[in-house]
Amino acid sequence: MTLATETAASNTASGGAVERIDAEAVNTAGKRQPLYAPRKKIFPKRASGQFRRFKWLIMFVTLGIYYLTPWLRWDRGPYAPDQAVLIDLANRRFYFFFIEIWPQEFFYIAGLLVMAGIGLFLITSTVGRAWCGYTCPQTVWVDLFLVVERAIEGDRNARIKLDAAPFTANKLARRTVKHLIWVLIAVATGGAWVFYFADAPSLLIDLATGEAAPVAYMTIAVLTATTYLFGGLMREQVCTYMCPWPRIQAAMLDENSLTVTYNDWRGEPRSRHAKKAAAEGRTVGDCVDCNACVAVCPMGIDIRDGQQLECITCALCIDACDGVMDKLGRERGLISYATLSDYNANMALATAGGTETINPDRVRREGGGLSEKVAHFHWRKIFRLRTFVYFGAWSLVGLVMLYALLTRDRLEVNVLHDRNPQYVLLSDGSVRNGYTVKLLNMIPEPRVILVSLEGLTSATMNVVGLDQPDDRSAAVPVEPDRLREVRIFVTLPADRLSEAGTSFRFVVEDKASFESDVYRASFNIPEGSR
Amino acid sequence: MSENKHIDEVSGVSTTGHEWDGIRELDNPMPRWWVWTFYATIVWSIGYTIAYPAWPLISDATKGVLGYSSRQELTTTMDAVSAEQADLRAAIAEKPLDEILADETLRRFATAAGDAAFKVNCSQCHGSGAQGSAGYPNLNDDDWLWGGDIEAIHQTIAHGVRFDGDDDTRFGEMPAFGDILSGEEIRQVAAHVVSFTGTPSDPALAEAGAQVYADNCASCHGDAGEGDVTFGAPNLADAIWLYGSSEAQIAAQVRQPRHGVMPAWQERLGDSTVKQLSVYVYSLGGGE
Repeated sequence: MTLATETAASNTASGGAVERIDAEAVNTAGKRQPLYAPRKKIFPKRASGQFRRFKWLIMFVTLGIYYLTPWLRWDRGPYAPDQAVLIDLANRRFYFFFIEIWPQEFFYIAGLLVMAGIGLFLITSTVGRAWCGYTCPQTVWVDLFLVVERAIEGDRNARIKLDAAPFTANKLARRTVKHLIWVLIAVATGGAWVFYFADAPSLLIDLATGEAAPVAYMTIAVLTATTYLFGGLMREQVCTYMCPWPRIQAAMLDENSLTVTYNDWRGEPRSRHAKKAAAEGRTVGDCVDCNACVAVCPMGIDIRDGQQLECITCALCIDACDGVMDKLGRERGLISYATLSDYNANMALATAGGTETINPDRVRREGGGLSEKVAHFHWRKIFRLRTFVYFGAWSLVGLVMLYALLTRDRLEVNVLHDRNPQYVLLSDGSVRNGYTVKLLNMIPEPRVILVSLEGLTSATMNVVGLDQPDDRSAAVPVEPDRLREVRIFVTLPADRLSEAGTSFRFVVEDKASFESDVYRASFNIPEGSR
Repeated sequence: MSENKHIDEVSGVSTTGHEWDGIRELDNPMPRWWVWTFYATIVWSIGYTIAYPAWPLISDATKGVLGYSSRQELTTTMDAVSAEQADLRAAIAEKPLDEILADETLRRFATAAGDAAFKVNCSQCHGSGAQGSAGYPNLNDDDWLWGGDIEAIHQTIAHGVRFDGDDDTRFGEMPAFGDILSGEEIRQVAAHVVSFTGTPSDPALAEAGAQVYADNCASCHGDAGEGDVTFGAPNLADAIWLYGSSEAQIAAQVRQPRHGVMPAWQERLGDSTVKQLSVYVYSLGGGE
């Protein structure tokens, strides 16, 4: 069950000093583990190269966004919180910089999710599972946990050795420190999450003094547990067994999508003894079977088996292989981002149209290097019908949302007509109807909203509690960022009850900002009195 | 069963030994996480049945060491709500009605609480929207038999109308004029009452009824039929009729009057709730 201890042999026969790693792919298509077998541990080796640097950058940026966003401030005046991004569940408001969303505007969030979905399609169809490999929280946090693991237990060899070693004080100490730091990271992760839901500085003080709401502590506890479990203990199993995305993405990829590919058309037949083979007159491929690609893989796969479900396209095997190719003085890209169509073209070249086994000489130039007939990825392949359709749908949703956001009303009226009683006959024979009118002042400024009747020309209205005489309109002050519910009685004189059939509307206006809204209402009178 | 042991050729896994129309089921072990989850639920359930009420006995059930009961939880919750509202209820019981109306918080609470109390105690007669029905006054309108200011409403709710058990109850009773007036006089006075607001069937009849009205009715209902809240004498010159507005209905009411009865609520509901009810009824739109 344990992986063989490292036997690093320097192989001078193949030119440069290439370390051969005795690594075995844990997850391979050929011998898939049964589900009830215990997990085989993976000890990813530290990679270095352009993709690793890019991943460090992405990790830095994404973690930075996650941890720092709640601490950004945004001045909204005295009547609204000054936290730039805040999900205020108690008051049912969502603040995002200059945007404030009320619960009934939740479709903006739905629209964002639709955009995120289509955006994922777009990204996957062009550069494959870039989300999985670079930005997925699971990948980022596992990377972060691995940094800790390497710092304390050492790189791959040392970790394997430590894992196989009996429990000594040294091992116990290292393991304890590692798990302790993991838990601290997990606590910080759960801790950062709750800051999105309350004023971050005061919540931090409350959390520290034990005065925060129980739900805050519970949320932190749950997220601490999941972060520790997923990032520290389960790792690649989350992607392989729990995540639905690897299953769905097959539908997004086509022959022009970039995927991490082992170019066996130049790598095979792989040989550990290239010079000896050359001396014997045999043709061998560029792969020296050093297993560097397997050793760095956080998913425990061998990319040379081809595209497989477990591959998150983190491209670390590209970095590892490029390093080896550099040492050997060969062209980079034995493992590379390649499209299936390019791969097929090159494979056809190497196999003379599929008639023979792979002969790397066919793709080589005289005197080393790759033939100019070899197909390489061209950026124009990004622009094709599929990506245009995805991008079109993505931008359509975005533009519709933007338009809706820029033209949305910040003043709204909703009216509930009394149903019980439907009307009230007054002593002078006039008829009164009651309405519950909800005035929504959706800006963080106090406003005076003018409510008036349109239609029903003989009717008068009265706002309960305002102490104003019956009139055709009334000015109602509304607090900032609040809904004000008022009762309005509309009375139609006895001799004008015939007007009740005509349409009538409540009009609300803000004379200062020229915003207005209307609500079409009806007026009930006793049967037979028209 | 051992003689039934059968190894599946493709997977090399033994089967359950049973065959359904040529289909055999592989006898794979359960995934470990599944098995451990299963064991964990068993352990959990043992702890749960000890901690919470669980096992049925002959006439009872085990109580559980935590002493939990959903009935107790309901009581606790309701007590907590009552405790939260205690200050407001006490303030309402203490303060005079005009102060309650002036205080925004108290008025809102009293209106909402009064609404709830109305639905329980009053809606049976007055309707859930306080719209009333024949014989039961509509409380939304501006016509009040016993007065529509907040104090009058409170007095009516607290002590009832024609209620035997309360000395301060509202009382007023119209004699049965079927014993006093002739049938012709009753028809005349009914036509006259209709003429206050509408057109009587026979103007001559109404003319003749004016004298009958002045002699028998005006002392309570007023010369112009304006009514008198002191006796609960209805206004006969408005659009609102408790027992119907036709001449026949009015004549019937003159001949053998019906009188509504409302219980006194002060004793039953207490001071605070009666005040809440008063504020609620006052808020319906007809309060004076």
